[in-house]
Amino acid sequence: MANFEIVAREDFSDVTYLLEVRHPLMARAAKPGQFVIVMLTARSERIPLTIADFDGHKGTVTLVIQAVGKTTRQMQQECRVGTSLHAMVGPMGIPSPTTKAKKVVCVGGGLGVAPIFPQARGFKDSGAYVIAVLGFRTKSLVFWRDKFASCCDELILCTNDGSAGIKGLITDGIKVALDRHADIDEVVAIGPPVMMKACADATRPHQIKTIVSVNPIMVDGTGMCGGCRVKVGGQVKFACVDGPDFDGHLVDFDDLMVRLRRYTTVEQAAQERWSESCRMTRQVGPSALDALARGSAEQSELLELPELNDALGG
Amino acid sequence: MATKRTIRNIPQTRTPMREQDPKARAANFEEVACGYTLDEALRESERCLYCPDEPCIAGCPVGINIPGFIKKIGERNLHGAYDVLTDTNLLPSICGRVCPQESQCEGACTVGVSLEAVAIGRLERFVGDTAIKEGWVNIPHIEAGRFKVGIVGSGPAGMACAADMAKAGCDVTVYEAFHEAGGVLKYGIPDFRLPNAVIDAEIENLKKLGVTFECNTLVGRLFTIEQMIDEMGFHAVFVGVGAGYPTMLGIPGDSLNGVLSANELLTRCNLMRARDFPDYDTPVPIGRRVAVVGAGNTAMDAMRVALRLGAEKVYCIYRRSRTEAPARAEELHHAEQEGIEFHWLTSPVSILDDGHGGVRGMRCVRMELGEPDDSGRRRPVPVAGSEFDFEADLIVYAIGTNANPIMGQTSSLKLNTRGYIATDDDLATSVTGVFAGGDIVTGAATVIEAMGAGRRAARSLKAYLGIRDPWRPYRDADRDDAGTLFGIDLRERNFARVRVALKADS
Ligand SMILES: Cc1cc2nc3c(=O)[nH]c(=O)nc-3n(C[C@H](O)[C@H](O)[C@H](O)COP(=O)(O)OP(=O)(O)OC[C@H]3O[C@@H](n4cnc5c(N)ncnc54)[C@H](O)[C@@H]3O)c2cc1C
Ligand SMILES: Cc1cc2nc3c(=O)[nH]c(=O)nc-3n(C[C@H](O)[C@H](O)[C@H](O)COP(=O)(O)OP(=O)(O)OC[C@H]3O[C@@H](n4cnc5c(N)ncnc54)[C@H](O)[C@@H]3O)c2cc1C
Ligand code: SF4
Ligand code: FES
Repeated sequence: MANFEIVAREDFSDVTYLLEVRHPLMARAAKPGQFVIVMLTARSERIPLTIADFDGHKGTVTLVIQAVGKTTRQMQQECRVGTSLHAMVGPMGIPSPTTKAKKVVCVGGGLGVAPIFPQARGFKDSGAYVIAVLGFRTKSLVFWRDKFASCCDELILCTNDGSAGIKGLITDGIKVALDRHADIDEVVAIGPPVMMKACADATRPHQIKTIVSVNPIMVDGTGMCGGCRVKVGGQVKFACVDGPDFDGHLVDFDDLMVRLRRYTTVEQAAQERWSESCRMTRQVGPSALDALARGSAEQSELLELPELNDALGG
Repeated sequence: MATKRTIRNIPQTRTPMREQDPKARAANFEEVACGYTLDEALRESERCLYCPDEPCIAGCPVGINIPGFIKKIGERNLHGAYDVLTDTNLLPSICGRVCPQESQCEGACTVGVSLEAVAIGRLERFVGDTAIKEGWVNIPHIEAGRFKVGIVGSGPAGMACAADMAKAGCDVTVYEAFHEAGGVLKYGIPDFRLPNAVIDAEIENLKKLGVTFECNTLVGRLFTIEQMIDEMGFHAVFVGVGAGYPTMLGIPGDSLNGVLSANELLTRCNLMRARDFPDYDTPVPIGRRVAVVGAGNTAMDAMRVALRLGAEKVYCIYRRSRTEAPARAEELHHAEQEGIEFHWLTSPVSILDDGHGGVRGMRCVRMELGEPDDSGRRRPVPVAGSEFDFEADLIVYAIGTNANPIMGQTSSLKLNTRGYIATDDDLATSVTGVFAGGDIVTGAATVIEAMGAGRRAARSLKAYLGIRDPWRPYRDADRDDAGTLFGIDLRERNFARVRVALKADS
């Protein structure tokens, strides 16, 4: 099987990067809406990432990743062309159903911009009129504008500061689309839960079918742990095998947002510890170690830092 | 043997197995039960009466020749004992540790009628561990055939089927969704009960038989079962994907942070090594007061893991009484020793919110046992007005699992009404050339039953592929002297291969 070699990398900004990973079988099997679970090293967490693109001829799948915590930052630092991931499994989840929608809006915000791309392309391929609404914080973070332009009939760009496209939140972009077109059949939205919630709220009065791709914390991605459970229409669903796409008007986003914070405290501590150790390897000096020791004393008692203690002891 | 063994002259008490002290072990993940030494095993082997009717064999789901292997131990012929065991059970060091012997072989043992039964499981483990230590593997002469067999899932069912098919000369590939092989043995059962080294050793043995393991492969999504047969060149496929989809209680507070399935807790801790966080990246929720709902093996494992992760108090909440608890007797006993607080006849009503999305406690109701239900166990009914609250910050559900939906979603395999794969008596599924077994057919069961199913399926696979199988001699149903063939006792099963004794003195 594949050894998950990284064959291309592109940095869109200092927080967003693209990795193209060789996996011929998966490149052929992947469909819009599916995701993979990767492990950077044998000690890493298993993290879910949407398949942002796939190329059956080249035999690669593309991931676009936002560095938000320990694992995604470590990947940003260590994943170079020629290196390999420890593990990558997928494609997981039920592919987004191909619908007969004639006019669709594809909404992508933050880490949802890349994952919405295969959906937009899928709709285009099935002959729909596709309007993309993409949200970024500022102009310098914008990526894949051309890629979207090539498969969308309209592209509405929103930035928080107005440095590109319209000024405002992504919901403002959706409003523009809804105002321009009265005959939208379907809206697909991927992004942070707050954004998807706002999107579902915006389409609800118009009763437009709205599909969102939820992103709860996952472990196995095969329906075995129940960690990814979400409430949809009052029922418990496992996002990894029953989703990740659900009817946005039925998803309990508040519940999703609370559940995403499950491990925040420990994860932050891990992230800080990791950044510190990175800095330490760059400038190992007594003062750095001292500062670190002081920092660790302030951290929660859950954490023990054996390596650090060794370093201090020896 | 000078005198015939009788119930009177054998050692009257079961040879105890050394264990880590309960206090010490509740703080580490080292194995709890240390195993027999040779002397201990020899002493215990003397307790077997070699009963002519062999009730223990009938009690074993795969029919291990129990007195046979015990006799070899008595003769200090450990390799011989290993040969006898591996005739029927490929994973003795695993089964010796995790089988519910008290309701299988040991439950049927004659000695158990008046004394404590022979410690068959401990002896089995002793032999298995010796084999691992000595590096014994029974690799038969394998004549490479022309068949390619695919196995989906690397749990005990898949491993057993893989071994048998490899021995039959097939080119066997095992596909596993996780990044490591072993199934529940790896991600579920904790190290203090079944060390990973033991599982890895058994997997190495399979590799020596020529079995290829492909991890990180989600069959159904990366390729389908039908593709395996139609495009990938597999002549037959065995599906042993287990039944891991955890059940939630469906009571108020279910989705609070701090409520999780035992599978999630155990996977994080065992497979992802969250117990070594932050050396390993995966975090695990650490509760001060942990309530585990359920009293099966999974519940016992979750409780004892929570304790080892540093919980101050761990409660077991179970709606029936101790007698009905489905866990292995030894695990229940060990959990009690380690200070788990058991609340029998208690059922959860709701999980109490701490106002920040977390858990503050649990509301329960007392139960009493009423009329027997379908399972023959007395049905627990709530006692009116007996609700009470208690403090807890982590709630773990270990109340059973269901069929995983992926196979149903991605193939045309016929499922039964409960979502498990439907098979006939020979474990053939509705798709030609595809066989299934283990938890995905029966629902959550045991390691030995899954292994037995894997071997049963292997027999069917061989029949399907037309591979000569010494276990399936020709039987003429019309003859009334069934039980013999050409006048030879069928039980000799020697129609395909003849073994000649080599020892001069035997
Ligand atoms: C189906 C699915 C598809 C996803 N696709 C992508 C993608 O294409 N690109 C991408 O950059 N990210 C994607 N994510 C989110 C990604 O998995 C998380 O960002 C990642 O797990 C964070 O790991 P970390 O160790 O770097 O951060 P952590 O230290 O674990 O967390 C840092 C912060 O990120 C938040 N976080 C943690 N896990 C998740 C999560 N699963 N989803 C959202 N936020 C989370 C937490 O609130 C935390 O505060 C997806 C998630 C799911 C479930
Ligand atoms: C915590 C716990 C403790 C237990 N303790 C005991 C005990 O003490 N004694 C006992 O006898 N039994 C015990 N059991 C039960 C026993 O482990 C199971 O009955 C047995 O493991 C079932 O074996 P299996 O091969 O059918 O499936 P599993 O062991 O579940 O293995 C199935 C494998 O298939 C993989 N898989 C699933 N879907 C796919 C797919 N689509 N593609 C590729 N791979 C896939 C899974 O990742 C898994 O590795 C316990 C179970 C648990 C959960
Ligand atoms: S029933 Fe007990 S005593 Fe009899 S043969 Fe089996 S193990 Fe030995
Ligand atoms: S990630 Fe474990 S069940 Fe979905």
